[in-house]
Amino acid sequence: MKPSSFDYVRPNTLQEALELLADGTEDSKVISGGQSLVPMMNFRLARPARLVDIGRLSELEVIRTVDDRVHVGARVRHVQLQNTPLGGPLGSLLRRSAALVGHLPIRTRGTFGGSLAHSDAASEWCLLTRLLDAEITVRSIRGERVIPAAEFFVSVFTTAMEPDELLTSVALPVLPDDHRTGIAEFARRAGDFAIVAVLGDVTVSDGTVTAARIAIGGVDDKPFRSAAAEKALLGGTFGLDLLQSAAEAAADEVDPPSDAHGDAVYRRDLVRALLPRALAAGAAA
Amino acid sequence: MTPRTATTAPADLSAPTSPPAEPPTWTGQPVRRVEDPAILRGWGTFVGDVAARDATCLYAAFVRSPVAAGRIRSITAPPGVRLITATDLAGVRPIAPELKRPDYVRVEMPVLATDVVRFVGEPVALVLAESAALAEDALDSVAVDIEPTPAVLDAAAAVRPDSPLVHDAAFPGDPNTTVDARLTTPGFDAALQSAATVVELEVSCGRQSAMPMEARASHAAVDRGTGRVTLHTATQMPHVVRTGICDCLDLDEDLFRVVAPDVGGAFGAKMSLAREDVALVFLARRLRRNIAWIETREENFLAAWHSREQRYQLTAAFTEDGVLTALGADIVADVGAYSCYPVTFGVEPLMAFAELPGPYTIAEYSVRSRAVLSNKCPIAPYRGVSRPVQTLATERIMDVAARRLGLDPVTIRQRNLVATFPHTTPTGLVLDQASHQEALVEAARQVDLPGFRERQAAARAEGRWLGIGFSCFAERTGYGTPAFAARSMAITPGYERVNMSMDPSGGVVLRIGASPHGQGLRTSLAQLVADKLGLRPEEIRVVHGDTDATPYGWGSFGSRAMVIAGGASSRAADTLRQRLIDIAADQLECAPEDVDLREGQATVRGTGIGRPIKQLARLAHHNSHLLPAGELPSLEVSATYDPGGTFSNACHVAEVEVDELTGAVQITRFLVVEDAGLLVNPAIVDGQVHGGVVQGIANALYEELLYDDRGILVTTSLMDYLPPTLAETPDIEIIHLASVSDATLTGAKGVGEGGTIGAPAAVLNAVSDALSPLGIELTHLPATPSRVRTAIRTAQARLSSEGALR
Ligand SMILES: Cc1cc2nc3c(=O)[nH]c(=O)nc-3n(C[C@H](O)[C@H](O)[C@H](O)COP(=O)(O)OP(=O)(O)OC[C@H]3O[C@@H](n4cnc5c(N)ncnc54)[C@H](O)[C@@H]3O)c2cc1C
Repeated sequence: MKPSSFDYVRPNTLQEALELLADGTEDSKVISGGQSLVPMMNFRLARPARLVDIGRLSELEVIRTVDDRVHVGARVRHVQLQNTPLGGPLGSLLRRSAALVGHLPIRTRGTFGGSLAHSDAASEWCLLTRLLDAEITVRSIRGERVIPAAEFFVSVFTTAMEPDELLTSVALPVLPDDHRTGIAEFARRAGDFAIVAVLGDVTVSDGTVTAARIAIGGVDDKPFRSAAAEKALLGGTFGLDLLQSAAEAAADEVDPPSDAHGDAVYRRDLVRALLPRALAAGAAA
Repeated sequence: MTPRTATTAPADLSAPTSPPAEPPTWTGQPVRRVEDPAILRGWGTFVGDVAARDATCLYAAFVRSPVAAGRIRSITAPPGVRLITATDLAGVRPIAPELKRPDYVRVEMPVLATDVVRFVGEPVALVLAESAALAEDALDSVAVDIEPTPAVLDAAAAVRPDSPLVHDAAFPGDPNTTVDARLTTPGFDAALQSAATVVELEVSCGRQSAMPMEARASHAAVDRGTGRVTLHTATQMPHVVRTGICDCLDLDEDLFRVVAPDVGGAFGAKMSLAREDVALVFLARRLRRNIAWIETREENFLAAWHSREQRYQLTAAFTEDGVLTALGADIVADVGAYSCYPVTFGVEPLMAFAELPGPYTIAEYSVRSRAVLSNKCPIAPYRGVSRPVQTLATERIMDVAARRLGLDPVTIRQRNLVATFPHTTPTGLVLDQASHQEALVEAARQVDLPGFRERQAAARAEGRWLGIGFSCFAERTGYGTPAFAARSMAITPGYERVNMSMDPSGGVVLRIGASPHGQGLRTSLAQLVADKLGLRPEEIRVVHGDTDATPYGWGSFGSRAMVIAGGASSRAADTLRQRLIDIAADQLECAPEDVDLREGQATVRGTGIGRPIKQLARLAHHNSHLLPAGELPSLEVSATYDPGGTFSNACHVAEVEVDELTGAVQITRFLVVEDAGLLVNPAIVDGQVHGGVVQGIANALYEELLYDDRGILVTTSLMDYLPPTLAETPDIEIIHLASVSDATLTGAKGVGEGGTIGAPAAVLNAVSDALSPLGIELTHLPATPSRVRTAIRTAQARLSSEGALR
């Protein structure tokens, strides 16, 4: 439970950080909140030769709303999002999701960008990003690029970022009030990673679903968007019956893994149970 | 009997007290634990602290087998790595625990695996380095080449004639069987035949870890001048560790000291001799270097003893009225690859053999109970030892029978619980006294069973699944040498011894052979002794856990320390009290019968004339020529206590709500009505019950060590092995019946294990009650959400296909 030895640097500016990441040092790794990386180092599942600590880059700690986008800086901590005053269906989804990330000590250190870069398929932030088709901004000394969430998550612990790139911020869409959002997840204990998590964003106009997005965690090696559930919802009359048939469609569509926490059959059952709970009346509060 | 709830406001030791008319006794008060201030502030001294303060010590890290069974081809490390293998330990004897009974097969455990490895995690070598981190680096560089051989992973397969053998030793014709105890009472078959109904049931339990917060840890320091080694180790039984290591190293005990400093929980997992410790002491002596080993959580899961893996095939005969007339059980305990020292791998199967009938009047009993080897981590005691599964067996039988006979769970238990004492069980145990019926009746009254049934019916109508489960048990506690001798242990534990002395300033030091590790025994013993000597608890300092400073004793396990070390302390205090009274009587020129010790004074009853006890202490030490003729110049006494043992009892009730769609179980109420005799410190007793129940809930719903089909442990971190947290823990209501026992010197019975014993069955009964409309009877611990959901899915599919047929 002791990491193998490593070098440690703590740049003062973004530019300095990007230069360090590009200086050719092998196995250099960014450390942000350390809430995933440090346990992995202690288990020696990660053995970086050098850590680049981005803790001083305070410009990455801001949440800014510009037009119809909310830009969340990579260093924004989970707890900041849990307490965000942001209104509307987006604000409520952020607060509800953040509350399900680990335990309070983890939420006060762990960061939004760190979660995305870590790319755990059951992570609330990875799912939310995928759900809302967010755009992820990464930078290197070579320049800046914007990666759509659909392309960002490659598989477990793997993203589309290059080793010299730093995730700087994520653009989330402001959601108008005709959206209903919600999250429901199942974990064995409070604070554990979900076995299955379902996030939903549906637009309801005169009782009819006019747009639907469903993201499911724990059923694939990356955040999963359920085309089947979205199709089942679209054009339907919003209500428990519709949610249940969407849940059936999603359960048929997913091909979940089996492990000590539950086999594929059980995970499908959880999809059936959780999808309606994520979006049922009251869930959007 | 009027139930009494514990008062909760702790008495503050630092607050001055004005003497009330009738001075209060400390015994029975929820005195704040003297242990806590240091521990809570981080000022305790654990083995890790001892190592951290030693700048010169080397750190050991153990190379562990990655395969379940195999032959070692080679173990190599690059130059510069200090690698120690079995060949370096030549001459060290294996650990070979023994029972002197014909149905026990002796199995040896080498300190480091020699040619053969028998489970994943077995130590095959170790490396030494200047720090823990460097030792882990060195560990990474070691190459272990093992030729895998077929592994034995399932007890049912292990006993088949064609099974591979974990050890060559075993009963002829019974592969891998190392304990095989059998008994059938003469009228068993007849009782079975004349039964109105026979319940057949298989119950089982997965592997569980005791999971103390502090994993194992040891620090061996060598005195360069004398070569004498001091081992600081996280143990429950320092004296036995010393004996065990000396036996392996052929060492005189005087050349070796064992110290248990603050120990961060143990729960049984620190009462078996660690092979790692033997290696550490051997190497410290050989190399004349201090060596530390701080176990990681992963190692703790892999190699620091498992428990509870048992399977019971049960046959229970009932009369129409629900009287259990005969109980049959075929019990198989999967004990892993080796036997634990000193209690051996007989500990679970033999406990089950002797105590399965529990609190019930079962006239006829037929049992076969086996220890079966496997290529898995060895089992050792864990809080409750076997009884959580035994209680699951009897309590599931009661509920299944009740449903079948149309009785409610309280009535069927009332008809079977022992009510007249003494009661001799089919295996010859004597239940001397207990309040089984009273505890059950009080529990039923508290939960209002008819009211619950109404709420349950209303909830079912809304599609919600509520359930209630009862669990009654007898907890054998505080047993000394006679009880252990009945198990024919080569090393027979039992008695406890104490030394007590008063210093010239009137302070008392109580040195005990028992070895508390979180239970607050220092506080409770001080309360007992303070009452006898007319002092305050903070004037009694309890010294424990150091073989140089305490009399030989067995340690703290088996719900025994309060009873046995408490009894010995109480005896010693009686003698010291008499000596003080004799001195006072002489000084005060009165009869000893007229002297009372209270609030620091020896007074002549009814006069107000007296002497401070401090003055008597000074006199005894510094003016001993003034002592009465024949009185020794000493305020030092010793005492031993070795009782036959008695039984505590309790009734647990769980109320649950089951989520039909996810299989999750929420415990909505948990009640314990328990009787452990006199409550020396009710707050500490409540703490024992709370902690035990949480571990029982863990066993019921959360914790399970899982091996894959190659014998690799998959639950090696706290992401996969899931102790419940406060968020998963219900409020635990406790009612103490506290019928003071005359079976022990102090009136107190043991209370350490009951929580873990009763809770699993209460929870599984409640879940089965909730799901009874679906015909579901859960029988395996833990009932994880996926298992509960699977049971619901299967039952619903069956019901709907039956419906379709109709
Ligand atoms: C007990 C426990 C429970 C948890 N439960 C949950 C849970 O329920 N849900 C959940 O989502 N998470 C959970 N987590 C993980 C937690 O949310 C982490 O905080 C998060 O996954 C990583 O964020 P971090 O800032 O701590 O990143 P770090 O641990 O510092 O880094 C994680 C990875 O991201 C990389 N990285 C970090 N920041 C950047 C960046 N700006 N640019 C490029 N790469 C970067 C690092 O190099 C590393 O590979 C849990 C953690 C623990 C210990």
